[in-house]
Order: sequence, then structure tokens, then C-alpha cells
Amino acid sequence: MRGLIEDDYVTEEGEFVINIGPQHPSTHGVLHLKVWLDGETVKKVQPHLGFIHRSIEKMSESLSYRNFIFATSRMDYLAAHINNEACALTVEKGLQLEVPDRAKYIRTILAELTRLQSHLLWWGCTGLDLGAVTPFFYAFREREFIMEIMEETCGARLTQNFMVPGGVMYDIHPNFQKRTKEVLTQIKSKFQEYDNIMTGNVIFENRTKGVGLLSKEDAISYGVTGPTARASGVSCDIRKLIPYSAYDQVQFDEILGTGGDCYARYMIRMHEMKQSVFIIEQLIDNIPEGEFQAKTKNVIKLPKGEFYQRVETPRGELGVFIVSDGAASPYRIKYRSPGFSNLSALPLMAKGGKIGDLVAIMSTIDLVIPDIDR
Amino acid sequence: MEINKSMEGPLTFPGQVHETADGGILVTKLDDVINWARSNSLWPLVFGTSCCAIEMMSTAGAKHDWSRFGFEVARATPRQADLIIVAGTIVMKMAPVLKRLYDQMPEPKYVIAMGACTISGGPFFYNTYSVVKGVDHVIPVDVYIPGCPPRPEALLHSMITLQEKIKNEQYFKKKIEDVR
Ligand code: SF4
Repeated sequence: MRGLIEDDYVTEEGEFVINIGPQHPSTHGVLHLKVWLDGETVKKVQPHLGFIHRSIEKMSESLSYRNFIFATSRMDYLAAHINNEACALTVEKGLQLEVPDRAKYIRTILAELTRLQSHLLWWGCTGLDLGAVTPFFYAFREREFIMEIMEETCGARLTQNFMVPGGVMYDIHPNFQKRTKEVLTQIKSKFQEYDNIMTGNVIFENRTKGVGLLSKEDAISYGVTGPTARASGVSCDIRKLIPYSAYDQVQFDEILGTGGDCYARYMIRMHEMKQSVFIIEQLIDNIPEGEFQAKTKNVIKLPKGEFYQRVETPRGELGVFIVSDGAASPYRIKYRSPGFSNLSALPLMAKGGKIGDLVAIMSTIDLVIPDIDR
Repeated sequence: MEINKSMEGPLTFPGQVHETADGGILVTKLDDVINWARSNSLWPLVFGTSCCAIEMMSTAGAKHDWSRFGFEVARATPRQADLIIVAGTIVMKMAPVLKRLYDQMPEPKYVIAMGACTISGGPFFYNTYSVVKGVDHVIPVDVYIPGCPPRPEALLHSMITLQEKIKNEQYFKKKIEDVR
């Protein structure tokens, strides 16, 4: 233990050094932060990683192109579908395989449902971090409905592994469309409730407005993506910029903020939930008939070369980079995970603020630690 | 005997009430009362490292609601917890931290190993260099739940199983054995 996590101490300049994590309820997992404090003011933050490093990249090198996808649902488990989709898309790119329209639509709908549940969970946890317990229960009430849809169609609640190279694993459940529409109606009626309980709350506003500022330039130079970057005014929605799956068939807005503070990041996610509902509504009645999976060989072998695919997860841009030497399993896989880059901007945002603000900043970046450590 | 009837179910009080003219006399075993109290107010430690923690949160959430079984007082510090639900993969770097957390918990303490990862390394059994292949290499486990992740119902089942296990404990006997 000693040497791994240092004990608290006082530096020569009189700054108090404390260790937050790896076991701490507000780090959303096992992140370890070393914080230099002057009174209550944060002077410096140093994140320490690796407490949930599961060597997914190395493990994938010995798995086939079908099998390595399952490990990615454990990477960013709140967006398992989107992780799977990114891998499937990369393999398809290598094979130059055309995915049937039906599969594209199903993928997009499931990806947006995933985004919705991820944002709902984030909303509940942000409330929890800032001292409001009720949002957690409200959020999980709606989230359970989405989980039920997932279970019905994919057979799993959380780690779905539904995407395979060439399409989706099975056809959708006969109830899928009906239930999705019911759930959307349900969730839409709750948005007002969410706003009433959190958004306009004075305590919440005081704790988030003007806290954890991230300028547009810094966001770009630190490689921050997703809602965190869009709150600072950086246009970086991959769904809009490089549409994949069925995103070129639908209308939606890329929400951009200007504030760059915690409140702006909060508002972006709240609006994104509404956009996700909007996207699903456009697709759910128009799922084309046909195959749900393109024909692939039993053993997939990618041609020699390097393949890269970017997708938009609820946290930002996920990149999958596969180097193939022509064998049945990848030579090297690298994930560009959104959380890692977003976390790198945390010391910048927290510097000069109070230690209580650190929690607000961490929760509005929406960190998922296994996504960072992989 | 009326008191006994109204307390039927999982919370049945272990003992008998002999009614007298002005009230009643309660006859029971101390072991049973201690176990009864303990098993119905287990405070879990908020400890989640990865995916399984989300299902643990679902169990705490609105639909599954673990407070029905006396688990709702989730504590953030090990010093106030009775139970540690190991929800998620434990890697080599995290193992000493988990050990320390377990050591910091006051006796009596219980461990639920949630998910394939904590049983055997789960999906990360082959070809990984960093995953601890089963949390029982680090701390003793009372109840194992398989699944990747286990459903909230499975977690609830494991909690009830743990309660049953506690109800059959012999507190004083254990203490004497410790002394020897
Ligand atoms: S058992 Fe599965 S769901 Fe649970 S932590 Fe391990 S990989 Fe994640």
C-alpha cells in the first residue's frame, strides 16, 4: 500500500496534500486524485490511473474479430452498444462490407436509447454528488424502462454485445417498436419534472454556474470531446460531422453552449436527451424490411493495413484503431477513449477553485473510469 | 402469541412471548436476537469498480429497491459498513486497496462477490496480465453471485442468502474459538 498511495502530508510551501480515492463515492469508480490545497483552494490536481486497468487492448490481440467486441462493452459500460458499434464498424471498414439498411436503423435506435440511459444515469449521479438524493431515484425509474427494452431485444441489460461485424446479432423483438414508443412518451413527459427538481434549483445553480471554466481554446488543445467540449462552443459531434450508421437519414441539432462551466455542460446533456428522443422518433416507424445481418465468413480475416473509425459516445469521441497483419486476430488495437482526454483537462478546470467544486466538475465531465483505464 | 403473528415473514422475531396479566415475558436465545438484528440491518460499503456497480446502483434504485431488505444505508467509509459488495473487476493495483478497506471494516464483516470477475476473473480470465483471478485471493468471501453482470434480482437473492447465513451463526461460540 505504501508507495502506491502516499499518505497526506504538508509540502514545504505549506500546501496540504490530500489523496481522494481510489475508494471515494464521488470519483465514480476507482480514480485516484492527488490534490494540493491551500486552505480550501485547489492549487494543483494530479489524477493517478490504473486502478481498473484490465488490459483489454492486449487481450484483444489474442481474440478473433468476432470475439474482441465483447470486451468493449465492459470498457464504457454505460454505452456498451456504441462501443460495440465502433468495433463492428471498424471491422466492416476493413472488410469493405456493406451493412443492410435494417441493421443500420436498429443500430442507430439502440445507440440513441443507450445515450438516453447513460445521460439519465449521469443526471441522477450529478444530483447525488451535489447533495440531492431524489434525482437518483427519478432517473433510475425511467432508466429501468430502457433496460427492459434492451433485455427483450438483446438478451442483456447492461453488456449487450448485440453488434456483430455485418449488422446486428438477431432481429428485433416483435414488441420492440411498440415498447420503445411507449417509453419515449413516458420519458418526454418527465423532462419538465427533471427541470423542476434540479435545473432551476438555487443551490444547484450556485454550485455549478461559473464553476470549472474551460475555454474553447483549451478544450481544443486538450483534445476534449463530447458534451464537455460542446459546452465550451467546440463543434465536435461525430454524428453530424462524419455520419455513420443511419445518422445521415435523420434531422437533429448539435447542441452548442458558450459558458464552458459546469452549468453549461449540464444543460448540454439535458438538451441532448431531448435530441435523442427526437432521433428515435424519426426512425422507429421506418425501420426498413430486409436482412438484419450481412453475410460474413465464419472466420473473419482483415486485409493487411490500418483501420480507424470514430463514433460519438455519450461522453465524447471514441476511436477504434486496428492494425491488421492479415491474420484472424488483430495485430494491435488501440482505443481512443473520450474519458481519458476529458480527464486530462480536469486539473486545468479545478485549479484555483474550491475543493467542493472539484466534485461538481468531476460529475459534469461524466467520467467512466474503466473507459479511461481500459 | 399475538405479537409473534404480526411479525411473520422474513422479519419474524426469534422467540416466544408468554402472556401474563400485565404484559408478557419474552423468552429467546441471545444468539438468535443478535443474529436477527444483524441480518436485518446490514450496511453495505459503496464500493464499485466497474460494470457490476451499475447493476448494484439499479438494485438501489426505484424498481428493485434493496431497502426492502434493510440494505439502504450505503456507507462511503468502511468504518461504518458491515458488508462489502465487491462489484466489479479487481486488478493487481486495486487489490491492496481492497485488502485495506476490508481490514478497516469493524467485525463482524461480510463479503459478497458480485459478478464473474470477482469469482474468477470472468471475461478477463485469459490473456490478461493485470486482473486478479477471483477476489477470494485477497479477502474471504461469504456469497458468490455469477453473472456478467448479475441481474438486480440475483443481487437481492445473494443478500437474502447472506441474511440466512447470518441467522445461523453462533456468535458466542465463534468468540470462544477466537480466544483459543
Ligand atoms: S462480471 Fe462482467 S459486468 Fe461484472 S465487472 Fe466483470 S466484466 Fe463487468
